Amino acid sequence: MNENQSVSISLNVNKKDYDLQIEPRVSLLDALREFIGLTGTKKGCNQGGCGACTILVDGETRINSCLALAVQYAGREITTIEGVANGDGLHPLQAAFVEHDGFQCGYCTPGQICSAIGMFSEFQNGLPSAVTKDVSAGAIEFSDEEIRERMSGNLCRCGAYVGIVEAVRETFAQEEKAR
Amino acid sequence: MKNFAYTRAADAAHATNLIAQNGRAKFLGGGTNLVDLMRENIEQPDALVDVTGLPDQIEETADGSIIIGAAVKNSQVANHRLIREKYPFLAHAIVFGASGQIRNMATVGGNLLQRTRCYYFYDEAANCNKRSPGSGCDALEGFNRIHAILGSSPNCIATHPSDMCVALAALDATVQVEGRNGKREIKFDDFHRLPGDTPHVETDLQADELITSIEIPQNNFAVNSLYRKVRDRASYAFALVSVAAALEVDDGVVKNARLALGGVAHKPWRAFEVESFLTGKAATEENYRQAAKAELENAQGFEHNNFKIELARRTIVSVLSELTGNGEAK
Repeated sequence: MNENQSVSISLNVNKKDYDLQIEPRVSLLDALREFIGLTGTKKGCNQGGCGACTILVDGETRINSCLALAVQYAGREITTIEGVANGDGLHPLQAAFVEHDGFQCGYCTPGQICSAIGMFSEFQNGLPSAVTKDVSAGAIEFSDEEIRERMSGNLCRCGAYVGIVEAVRETFAQEEKAR
Repeated sequence: MKNFAYTRAADAAHATNLIAQNGRAKFLGGGTNLVDLMRENIEQPDALVDVTGLPDQIEETADGSIIIGAAVKNSQVANHRLIREKYPFLAHAIVFGASGQIRNMATVGGNLLQRTRCYYFYDEAANCNKRSPGSGCDALEGFNRIHAILGSSPNCIATHPSDMCVALAALDATVQVEGRNGKREIKFDDFHRLPGDTPHVETDLQADELITSIEIPQNNFAVNSLYRKVRDRASYAFALVSVAAALEVDDGVVKNARLALGGVAHKPWRAFEVESFLTGKAATEENYRQAAKAELENAQGFEHNNFKIELARRTIVSVLSELTGNGEAK
Protein backbone atom coordinates (compact mmCIF):
# COMPACT_ATOMS: atom_id res chain seq x y z
CA MET A 1 0.00 0.00 0.00
CA ASN A 2 1.54 3.26 -1.10
CA GLU A 3 0.15 6.22 0.80
CA ASN A 4 1.10 8.88 -1.73
CA GLN A 5 -0.46 7.54 -4.84
CA SER A 6 -3.55 8.82 -6.52
CA VAL A 7 -6.02 6.39 -7.97
CA SER A 8 -8.11 6.14 -11.14
CA ILE A 9 -11.81 5.98 -10.49
CA SER A 10 -14.99 6.49 -12.44
CA LEU A 11 -17.89 8.36 -10.88
CA ASN A 12 -21.36 8.16 -12.35
CA VAL A 13 -23.01 11.51 -11.71
CA ASN A 14 -26.43 12.42 -13.07
CA LYS A 15 -26.23 9.44 -15.45
CA LYS A 16 -22.87 10.48 -16.90
CA ASP A 17 -19.50 8.79 -16.26
CA TYR A 18 -16.51 10.85 -15.20
CA ASP A 19 -13.02 9.32 -15.16
CA LEU A 20 -10.92 10.91 -12.44
CA GLN A 21 -7.35 10.64 -11.21
CA ILE A 22 -7.58 11.58 -7.52
CA GLU A 23 -5.97 10.99 -4.15
CA PRO A 24 -8.01 8.77 -1.82
CA ARG A 25 -8.35 11.67 0.62
CA VAL A 26 -10.52 13.69 -1.80
CA SER A 27 -14.09 13.88 -0.52
CA LEU A 28 -16.99 13.15 -2.80
CA LEU A 29 -18.00 16.79 -2.32
CA ASP A 30 -14.62 18.07 -3.55
CA ALA A 31 -14.63 15.55 -6.41
CA LEU A 32 -17.99 16.90 -7.57
CA ARG A 33 -17.09 20.55 -7.21
CA GLU A 34 -13.37 20.79 -7.92
CA PHE A 35 -12.72 17.85 -10.24
CA ILE A 36 -15.98 17.51 -12.18
CA GLY A 37 -17.09 21.15 -11.97
CA LEU A 38 -20.58 20.52 -10.67
CA THR A 39 -20.73 23.35 -8.14
CA GLY A 40 -24.44 23.07 -7.33
CA THR A 41 -23.59 20.90 -4.33
CA LYS A 42 -22.41 23.28 -1.61
CA LYS A 43 -19.70 23.15 1.04
CA GLY A 44 -21.00 24.54 4.32
CA CYS A 45 -19.47 23.18 7.50
CA ASN A 46 -17.53 20.33 5.82
CA GLN A 47 -18.14 18.17 8.90
CA GLY A 48 -21.59 16.68 8.42
CA GLY A 49 -23.41 19.24 10.53
CA CYS A 50 -25.21 21.50 8.06
CA GLY A 51 -26.41 19.31 5.18
CA ALA A 52 -25.50 21.80 2.41
CA CYS A 53 -23.55 19.02 0.67
CA THR A 54 -26.44 16.53 0.62
CA ILE A 55 -26.65 14.40 -2.53
CA LEU A 56 -28.47 11.21 -3.50
CA VAL A 57 -26.86 7.82 -4.18
CA ASP A 58 -28.24 4.61 -5.70
CA GLY A 59 -31.57 6.22 -6.43
CA GLU A 60 -32.82 8.32 -3.53
CA THR A 61 -30.55 7.58 -0.56
CA ARG A 62 -29.43 10.92 0.85
CA ILE A 63 -25.92 11.29 2.23
CA ASN A 64 -23.50 14.06 3.25
CA SER A 65 -20.94 14.19 0.43
CA CYS A 66 -18.46 16.04 2.67
CA LEU A 67 -18.04 12.98 4.92
CA ALA A 68 -17.82 10.59 1.95
CA LEU A 69 -14.54 9.72 0.28
CA ALA A 70 -14.95 9.80 -3.51
CA VAL A 71 -13.11 6.46 -3.88
CA GLN A 72 -15.81 4.77 -1.81
CA TYR A 73 -18.47 5.84 -4.30
CA ALA A 74 -16.80 4.72 -7.51
CA GLY A 75 -19.31 2.99 -9.75
CA ARG A 76 -22.29 4.07 -7.65
CA GLU A 77 -25.13 6.07 -9.16
CA ILE A 78 -24.89 9.66 -7.85
CA THR A 79 -27.53 12.38 -8.28
CA THR A 80 -26.78 16.02 -7.48
CA ILE A 81 -29.02 19.09 -7.61
CA GLU A 82 -28.01 19.44 -11.28
CA GLY A 83 -29.67 16.09 -11.96
CA VAL A 84 -32.98 16.31 -10.13
CA ALA A 85 -34.86 18.40 -12.72
CA ASN A 86 -36.75 16.87 -15.59
CA GLY A 87 -34.84 18.33 -18.56
CA ASP A 88 -35.50 22.06 -18.68
CA GLY A 89 -38.51 21.82 -16.35
CA LEU A 90 -38.00 22.20 -12.61
CA HIS A 91 -38.49 19.29 -10.23
CA PRO A 92 -41.86 19.88 -8.49
CA LEU A 93 -40.01 20.51 -5.23
CA GLN A 94 -37.79 23.14 -6.88
CA ALA A 95 -40.91 24.89 -8.18
CA ALA A 96 -42.48 24.69 -4.72
CA PHE A 97 -39.38 26.27 -3.13
CA VAL A 98 -39.80 29.23 -5.50
CA GLU A 99 -43.52 29.41 -4.83
CA HIS A 100 -43.19 29.29 -1.02
CA ASP A 101 -40.01 31.37 -0.60
CA GLY A 102 -38.12 28.35 0.69
CA PHE A 103 -34.88 30.31 0.69
CA GLN A 104 -33.27 33.71 0.94
CA CYS A 105 -29.57 33.45 0.04
CA GLY A 106 -30.06 30.02 -1.52
CA TYR A 107 -26.82 28.48 -0.30
CA CYS A 108 -28.49 25.64 1.63
CA THR A 109 -31.15 25.06 -1.06
CA PRO A 110 -29.47 22.34 -3.18
CA GLY A 111 -28.88 20.34 0.00
CA GLN A 112 -32.40 20.99 1.26
CA ILE A 113 -33.93 19.79 -1.99
CA CYS A 114 -31.81 16.65 -2.34
CA SER A 115 -32.38 15.91 1.35
CA ALA A 116 -36.16 16.33 1.07
CA ILE A 117 -36.29 13.97 -1.93
CA GLY A 118 -34.36 11.37 0.06
CA MET A 119 -36.43 12.06 3.16
CA PHE A 120 -39.72 11.40 1.39
CA SER A 121 -38.37 8.21 -0.10
CA GLU A 122 -37.44 7.03 3.43
CA PHE A 123 -40.89 8.00 4.65
CA GLN A 124 -42.55 5.99 1.88
CA ASN A 125 -40.39 3.01 2.77
CA GLY A 126 -41.78 3.14 6.30
CA LEU A 127 -38.66 4.36 8.12
CA PRO A 128 -39.72 5.74 11.52
CA SER A 129 -38.29 8.97 12.95
CA ALA A 130 -37.59 10.26 16.45
CA VAL A 131 -41.09 11.80 16.60
CA THR A 132 -42.85 8.65 15.38
CA LYS A 133 -44.74 7.52 18.48
CA ASP A 134 -45.16 3.85 17.56
CA VAL A 135 -42.20 2.59 15.54
CA SER A 136 -43.76 -0.85 15.12
CA ALA A 137 -46.85 0.57 13.38
CA GLY A 138 -46.99 0.40 9.61
CA ALA A 139 -48.51 3.75 8.71
CA ILE A 140 -46.97 7.06 9.75
CA GLU A 141 -48.74 10.38 9.22
CA PHE A 142 -46.85 12.81 6.95
CA SER A 143 -47.11 15.70 9.43
CA ASP A 144 -45.15 18.95 9.74
CA GLU A 145 -43.63 17.52 12.92
CA GLU A 146 -42.32 14.55 10.92
CA ILE A 147 -41.02 16.84 8.16
CA ARG A 148 -39.15 19.07 10.63
CA GLU A 149 -37.58 16.17 12.50
CA ARG A 150 -36.56 14.34 9.32
CA MET A 151 -35.08 17.53 7.82
CA SER A 152 -33.09 18.45 10.95
CA GLY A 153 -29.81 17.55 9.25
CA ASN A 154 -30.21 20.57 6.97
CA LEU A 155 -29.59 24.01 8.45
CA CYS A 156 -30.79 27.27 6.91
CA ARG A 157 -29.04 30.25 8.46
CA CYS A 158 -31.45 32.67 6.76
CA GLY A 159 -34.19 30.92 8.69
CA ALA A 160 -36.44 30.09 5.74
CA TYR A 161 -37.73 27.02 7.54
CA VAL A 162 -41.40 27.98 7.35
CA GLY A 163 -41.24 28.20 3.55
CA ILE A 164 -39.14 25.05 3.32
CA VAL A 165 -41.62 23.01 5.35
CA GLU A 166 -44.52 24.41 3.27
CA ALA A 167 -42.77 23.52 0.00
CA VAL A 168 -41.92 20.01 1.18
CA ARG A 169 -45.39 19.43 2.60
CA GLU A 170 -47.18 20.65 -0.53
CA THR A 171 -44.99 18.72 -2.96
CA PHE A 172 -45.08 15.40 -1.19
CA ALA A 173 -48.53 15.52 0.36
CA GLN A 174 -49.82 15.52 -3.21
CA GLU A 175 -47.65 12.52 -4.01
CA GLU A 176 -48.86 10.80 -0.83
CA LYS A 177 -52.47 11.28 -1.94
CA ALA A 178 -51.72 10.11 -5.46
CA ARG A 179 -50.35 6.81 -4.19
CA MET B 1 -5.98 15.72 5.73
CA LYS B 2 -2.92 13.55 5.32
CA ASN B 3 -3.13 11.29 2.26
CA PHE B 4 -3.39 7.52 2.67
CA ALA B 5 -3.63 4.33 0.67
CA TYR B 6 -7.12 2.96 0.09
CA THR B 7 -8.11 -0.67 -0.36
CA ARG B 8 -11.54 -2.18 -0.56
CA ALA B 9 -11.63 -5.45 1.37
CA ALA B 10 -13.23 -8.43 -0.36
CA ASP B 11 -14.00 -10.25 2.88
CA ALA B 12 -13.16 -10.25 6.60
CA ALA B 13 -9.96 -12.34 6.16
CA HIS B 14 -8.71 -9.96 3.48
CA ALA B 15 -9.50 -6.99 5.70
CA THR B 16 -7.76 -8.35 8.81
CA ASN B 17 -4.71 -9.40 6.74
CA LEU B 18 -4.38 -5.90 5.34
CA ILE B 19 -4.64 -4.38 8.81
CA ALA B 20 -2.12 -6.84 10.24
CA GLN B 21 0.43 -5.80 7.59
CA ASN B 22 0.30 -2.14 8.57
CA GLY B 23 0.25 -0.91 12.15
CA ARG B 24 -0.94 2.50 10.97
CA ALA B 25 -3.90 1.27 8.96
CA LYS B 26 -7.53 1.56 10.01
CA PHE B 27 -10.81 0.04 8.95
CA LEU B 28 -13.19 2.40 7.16
CA GLY B 29 -16.97 2.06 7.46
CA GLY B 30 -19.33 4.86 6.49
CA GLY B 31 -16.66 7.43 7.35
CA THR B 32 -19.05 9.73 9.20
CA ASN B 33 -16.76 9.91 12.23
CA LEU B 34 -13.37 8.78 10.89
CA VAL B 35 -13.26 11.13 7.89
CA ASP B 36 -14.11 14.04 10.18
CA LEU B 37 -11.40 13.04 12.68
CA MET B 38 -8.86 12.67 9.85
CA ARG B 39 -9.71 16.12 8.55
CA GLU B 40 -9.02 17.48 12.05
CA ASN B 41 -5.75 15.47 12.16
CA ILE B 42 -6.93 13.64 15.29
CA GLU B 43 -6.67 10.40 13.33
CA GLN B 44 -3.78 10.09 10.86
CA PRO B 45 -3.81 6.59 9.37
CA ASP B 46 -1.41 5.64 6.55
CA ALA B 47 -3.97 3.34 5.00
CA LEU B 48 -7.70 2.73 5.08
CA VAL B 49 -9.26 -0.68 4.55
CA ASP B 50 -12.82 -0.17 3.37
CA VAL B 51 -15.07 -2.79 4.98
CA THR B 52 -18.40 -1.50 3.71
CA GLY B 53 -18.47 -4.31 1.14
CA LEU B 54 -18.66 -6.95 3.89
CA PRO B 55 -21.92 -8.72 4.79
CA ASP B 56 -24.79 -6.28 5.33
CA GLN B 57 -27.67 -8.61 6.11
CA ILE B 58 -30.04 -8.76 9.05
CA GLU B 59 -30.98 -12.36 9.77
CA GLU B 60 -33.13 -14.19 12.28
CA THR B 61 -31.78 -17.52 13.51
CA ALA B 62 -33.87 -20.60 14.29
CA ASP B 63 -33.86 -19.76 18.02
CA GLY B 64 -35.12 -16.22 17.42
CA SER B 65 -31.83 -14.35 17.80
CA ILE B 66 -31.13 -11.56 15.36
CA ILE B 67 -27.76 -11.18 13.69
CA ILE B 68 -26.91 -7.80 12.21
CA GLY B 69 -23.94 -7.67 9.83
CA ALA B 70 -21.37 -5.03 10.80
CA ALA B 71 -21.68 -3.25 7.44
CA VAL B 72 -25.46 -2.77 7.75
CA LYS B 73 -26.33 0.92 7.68
CA ASN B 74 -27.93 2.41 10.79
CA SER B 75 -31.09 3.38 8.91
CA GLN B 76 -31.49 -0.19 7.59
CA VAL B 77 -31.55 -1.47 11.17
CA ALA B 78 -34.07 1.17 12.25
CA ASN B 79 -36.35 0.27 9.35
CA HIS B 80 -36.15 -3.51 9.61
CA ARG B 81 -39.49 -5.10 10.42
CA LEU B 82 -38.08 -7.51 13.01
CA ILE B 83 -36.26 -4.74 14.85
CA ARG B 84 -39.27 -2.43 14.84
CA GLU B 85 -41.59 -5.13 16.12
CA LYS B 86 -39.39 -7.04 18.58
CA TYR B 87 -37.01 -4.29 19.73
CA PRO B 88 -38.80 -0.96 19.15
CA PHE B 89 -36.44 0.96 21.45
CA LEU B 90 -33.48 -0.06 19.29
CA ALA B 91 -35.18 1.39 16.19
CA HIS B 92 -36.03 4.50 18.18
CA ALA B 93 -32.54 4.91 19.63
CA ILE B 94 -31.08 4.84 16.11
CA VAL B 95 -33.40 7.49 14.71
CA PHE B 96 -32.68 9.69 17.72
CA GLY B 97 -29.03 9.76 16.66
CA ALA B 98 -27.35 12.11 14.17
CA SER B 99 -29.30 13.07 11.01
CA GLY B 100 -31.05 11.18 8.23
CA GLN B 101 -28.04 11.61 5.93
CA ILE B 102 -25.56 10.32 8.50
CA ARG B 103 -27.74 7.34 9.46
CA ASN B 104 -27.78 6.34 5.78
CA MET B 105 -23.98 6.30 5.69
CA ALA B 106 -22.99 5.05 9.15
CA THR B 107 -22.47 1.33 9.66
CA VAL B 108 -23.38 -0.68 12.74
CA GLY B 109 -19.75 -1.66 13.36
CA GLY B 110 -18.64 1.94 13.01
CA ASN B 111 -21.32 3.12 15.41
CA LEU B 112 -19.76 0.98 18.15
CA LEU B 113 -16.34 2.45 17.40
CA GLN B 114 -17.26 6.11 17.14
CA ARG B 115 -15.14 8.32 19.32
CA THR B 116 -16.09 10.83 21.98
CA ARG B 117 -17.36 14.31 21.16
CA CYS B 118 -15.42 15.85 24.08
CA TYR B 119 -14.35 19.31 22.88
CA TYR B 120 -10.87 18.85 24.29
CA PHE B 121 -10.38 15.60 22.38
CA TYR B 122 -11.10 17.51 19.16
CA ASP B 123 -8.93 20.51 20.08
CA GLU B 124 -5.29 19.87 19.22
CA ALA B 125 -4.22 22.78 21.43
CA ALA B 126 -5.82 21.19 24.52
CA ASN B 127 -4.46 18.44 26.76
CA CYS B 128 -6.21 15.13 26.27
CA ASN B 129 -5.10 11.74 27.61
CA LYS B 130 -7.20 10.06 24.99
CA ARG B 131 -5.57 11.83 22.05
CA SER B 132 -2.15 12.16 23.58
CA PRO B 133 -1.68 9.74 26.51
CA GLY B 134 -0.06 11.32 29.56
CA SER B 135 -0.74 14.92 28.52
CA GLY B 136 -3.55 15.47 31.03
CA CYS B 137 -7.28 16.19 30.81
CA ASP B 138 -8.41 19.76 30.24
CA ALA B 139 -12.07 18.77 30.59
CA LEU B 140 -11.66 18.18 34.34
CA GLU B 141 -11.32 21.90 35.04
CA GLY B 142 -12.82 23.08 31.78
CA PHE B 143 -16.26 23.43 30.27
CA ASN B 144 -17.57 19.98 31.15
CA ARG B 145 -21.33 20.26 30.67
CA ILE B 146 -21.48 17.24 28.32
CA HIS B 147 -19.14 15.04 30.35
CA ALA B 148 -19.39 11.86 32.40
CA ILE B 149 -20.96 11.43 35.83
CA LEU B 150 -20.43 7.67 36.15
CA GLY B 151 -17.27 5.56 35.93
CA SER B 152 -14.91 8.39 35.05
CA SER B 153 -11.29 8.59 36.19
CA PRO B 154 -8.95 11.50 36.98
CA ASN B 155 -7.52 10.84 33.52
CA CYS B 156 -10.67 11.21 31.44
CA ILE B 157 -14.28 12.29 31.85
CA ALA B 158 -15.35 11.85 28.22
CA THR B 159 -18.60 10.11 27.24
CA HIS B 160 -19.47 7.63 24.52
CA PRO B 161 -21.75 9.41 22.04
CA SER B 162 -23.82 6.54 20.60
CA ASP B 163 -27.58 6.20 20.97
CA MET B 164 -27.81 2.79 19.27
CA CYS B 165 -25.29 1.29 21.70
CA VAL B 166 -27.41 2.25 24.70
CA ALA B 167 -30.26 0.04 23.48
CA LEU B 168 -27.83 -2.73 22.49
CA ALA B 169 -26.40 -2.67 26.03
CA ALA B 170 -29.88 -3.15 27.49
CA LEU B 171 -30.51 -6.01 25.05
CA ASP B 172 -27.53 -8.11 26.19
CA ALA B 173 -26.18 -8.07 22.65
CA THR B 174 -22.88 -9.70 21.76
CA VAL B 175 -20.23 -8.47 19.35
CA GLN B 176 -18.68 -10.98 16.94
CA VAL B 177 -15.12 -10.16 15.96
CA GLU B 178 -12.54 -11.72 13.69
CA GLY B 179 -8.76 -11.31 13.76
CA ARG B 180 -5.55 -13.10 12.82
CA ASN B 181 -6.09 -15.53 15.69
CA GLY B 182 -9.60 -16.41 14.65
CA LYS B 183 -13.07 -15.44 15.74
CA ARG B 184 -14.43 -14.61 19.17
CA GLU B 185 -17.51 -13.16 20.78
CA ILE B 186 -17.50 -10.22 23.21
CA LYS B 187 -20.39 -9.43 25.56
CA PHE B 188 -21.69 -5.95 24.86
CA ASP B 189 -20.97 -4.75 28.39
CA ASP B 190 -17.34 -5.89 28.05
CA PHE B 191 -16.84 -4.34 24.63
CA HIS B 192 -16.42 -0.69 25.65
CA ARG B 193 -14.09 0.15 28.52
CA LEU B 194 -14.09 2.65 31.33
CA PRO B 195 -11.20 5.13 31.05
CA GLY B 196 -9.12 4.13 34.09
CA ASP B 197 -5.44 4.86 33.45
CA THR B 198 -5.71 4.19 29.70
CA PRO B 199 -8.51 6.34 28.25
CA HIS B 200 -6.97 5.95 24.78
CA VAL B 201 -7.87 2.24 24.89
CA GLU B 202 -11.59 2.47 24.32
CA THR B 203 -12.66 -1.08 23.55
CA ASP B 204 -11.69 -4.69 24.09
CA LEU B 205 -10.83 -5.06 20.37
CA GLN B 206 -7.26 -6.00 19.45
CA ALA B 207 -5.52 -3.98 16.75
CA ASP B 208 -6.09 -6.62 14.07
CA GLU B 209 -9.66 -7.43 15.02
CA LEU B 210 -12.66 -6.50 12.92
CA ILE B 211 -16.29 -6.40 14.09
CA THR B 212 -18.20 -8.73 11.78
CA SER B 213 -21.67 -8.75 13.35
CA ILE B 214 -23.83 -7.97 16.36
CA GLU B 215 -26.13 -10.61 17.80
CA ILE B 216 -29.26 -9.83 19.81
CA PRO B 217 -30.45 -12.86 21.75
CA GLN B 218 -34.12 -13.76 21.67
CA ASN B 219 -36.15 -12.14 24.46
CA ASN B 220 -39.76 -11.32 25.20
CA PHE B 221 -39.34 -8.19 27.29
CA ALA B 222 -38.22 -5.72 24.64
CA VAL B 223 -41.62 -5.39 22.95
CA ASN B 224 -42.42 -3.06 25.84
CA SER B 225 -39.45 -0.74 25.58
CA LEU B 226 -38.65 2.93 25.29
CA TYR B 227 -35.73 5.16 24.39
CA ARG B 228 -35.72 8.69 25.73
CA LYS B 229 -33.04 11.22 24.88
CA VAL B 230 -32.68 14.48 26.79
CA ARG B 231 -30.63 17.03 24.91
CA ASP B 232 -30.03 20.76 24.43
CA ARG B 233 -31.88 20.88 21.08
CA ALA B 234 -35.03 19.02 20.11
CA SER B 235 -33.24 17.29 17.24
CA TYR B 236 -29.78 16.53 15.90
CA ALA B 237 -27.83 16.89 19.15
CA PHE B 238 -25.93 14.48 21.36
CA ALA B 239 -27.52 13.25 24.58
CA LEU B 240 -27.03 14.96 27.90
CA VAL B 241 -28.73 11.90 29.34
CA SER B 242 -30.52 9.11 27.56
CA VAL B 243 -32.33 6.06 28.85
CA ALA B 244 -33.06 2.82 27.02
CA ALA B 245 -35.39 0.64 29.03
CA ALA B 246 -37.52 -2.46 28.67
CA LEU B 247 -39.96 -3.62 31.31
CA GLU B 248 -42.01 -6.72 31.90
CA VAL B 249 -44.60 -6.45 34.65
CA ASP B 250 -46.71 -9.36 35.87
CA ASP B 251 -49.61 -8.70 38.24
CA GLY B 252 -48.07 -5.45 39.45
CA VAL B 253 -44.66 -7.02 40.04
CA VAL B 254 -41.55 -6.37 37.95
CA LYS B 255 -40.65 -9.63 36.28
CA ASN B 256 -37.85 -8.26 34.15
CA ALA B 257 -36.28 -4.80 33.95
CA ARG B 258 -33.55 -3.82 31.51
CA LEU B 259 -32.05 -0.39 31.53
CA ALA B 260 -29.02 1.40 30.14
CA LEU B 261 -27.92 5.03 30.19
CA GLY B 262 -26.29 7.10 27.48
CA GLY B 263 -24.40 10.38 27.67
CA VAL B 264 -23.24 9.75 31.23
CA ALA B 265 -20.14 7.54 30.97
CA HIS B 266 -17.16 6.49 28.86
CA LYS B 267 -19.29 3.55 27.72
CA PRO B 268 -22.97 2.80 27.32
CA TRP B 269 -23.87 2.38 31.00
CA ARG B 270 -25.83 -0.73 31.80
CA ALA B 271 -27.84 0.06 34.93
CA PHE B 272 -27.37 -3.23 36.79
CA GLU B 273 -28.32 -1.61 40.12
CA VAL B 274 -31.70 -0.55 38.75
CA GLU B 275 -32.33 -3.98 37.27
CA SER B 276 -31.44 -6.00 40.36
CA PHE B 277 -33.24 -3.62 42.71
CA LEU B 278 -36.48 -3.80 40.76
CA THR B 279 -36.68 -7.47 39.88
CA GLY B 280 -39.44 -9.06 41.96
CA LYS B 281 -40.55 -5.73 43.48
CA ALA B 282 -43.80 -3.84 43.01
CA ALA B 283 -43.89 -1.75 39.84
CA THR B 284 -44.34 1.56 41.64
CA GLU B 285 -42.90 4.99 41.15
CA GLU B 286 -41.46 4.91 44.67
CA ASN B 287 -39.49 1.77 43.81
CA TYR B 288 -38.31 3.33 40.56
CA ARG B 289 -37.08 6.32 42.55
CA GLN B 290 -35.15 4.12 44.92
CA ALA B 291 -33.71 2.11 42.06
CA ALA B 292 -32.56 5.26 40.27
CA LYS B 293 -31.06 6.56 43.51
CA ALA B 294 -29.10 3.34 43.97
CA GLU B 295 -27.76 3.50 40.42
CA LEU B 296 -26.58 7.09 40.80
CA GLU B 297 -25.23 6.67 44.32
CA ASN B 298 -21.60 6.80 43.21
CA ALA B 299 -22.14 9.41 40.50
CA GLN B 300 -19.63 12.23 40.45
CA GLY B 301 -20.40 15.54 38.82
CA PHE B 302 -18.03 18.32 37.80
CA GLU B 303 -18.46 22.07 37.72
CA HIS B 304 -20.85 22.25 34.77
CA ASN B 305 -22.53 18.84 34.71
CA ASN B 306 -23.76 18.25 38.26
CA PHE B 307 -27.29 18.68 36.96
CA LYS B 308 -26.93 15.42 35.02
CA ILE B 309 -27.12 13.34 38.22
CA GLU B 310 -30.64 14.50 39.06
CA LEU B 311 -31.56 14.53 35.36
CA ALA B 312 -30.53 10.89 35.03
CA ARG B 313 -32.53 9.91 38.13
CA ARG B 314 -35.64 11.67 36.89
CA THR B 315 -35.34 10.31 33.36
CA ILE B 316 -35.04 6.76 34.67
CA VAL B 317 -38.17 7.17 36.85
CA SER B 318 -40.10 8.83 34.05
CA VAL B 319 -39.29 6.17 31.45
CA LEU B 320 -40.06 3.26 33.80
CA SER B 321 -43.34 4.90 34.84
CA GLU B 322 -44.36 5.32 31.22
CA LEU B 323 -43.53 1.68 30.51
CA THR B 324 -45.46 0.42 33.54
CA GLY B 325 -48.93 0.91 32.12
CA ASN B 326 -47.93 -0.78 28.89
CA GLY B 327 -45.97 -3.53 30.61
CA GLU B 328 -48.89 -4.99 32.52
CA ALA B 329 -50.50 -8.18 31.25
CA LYS B 330 -48.32 -8.66 28.20
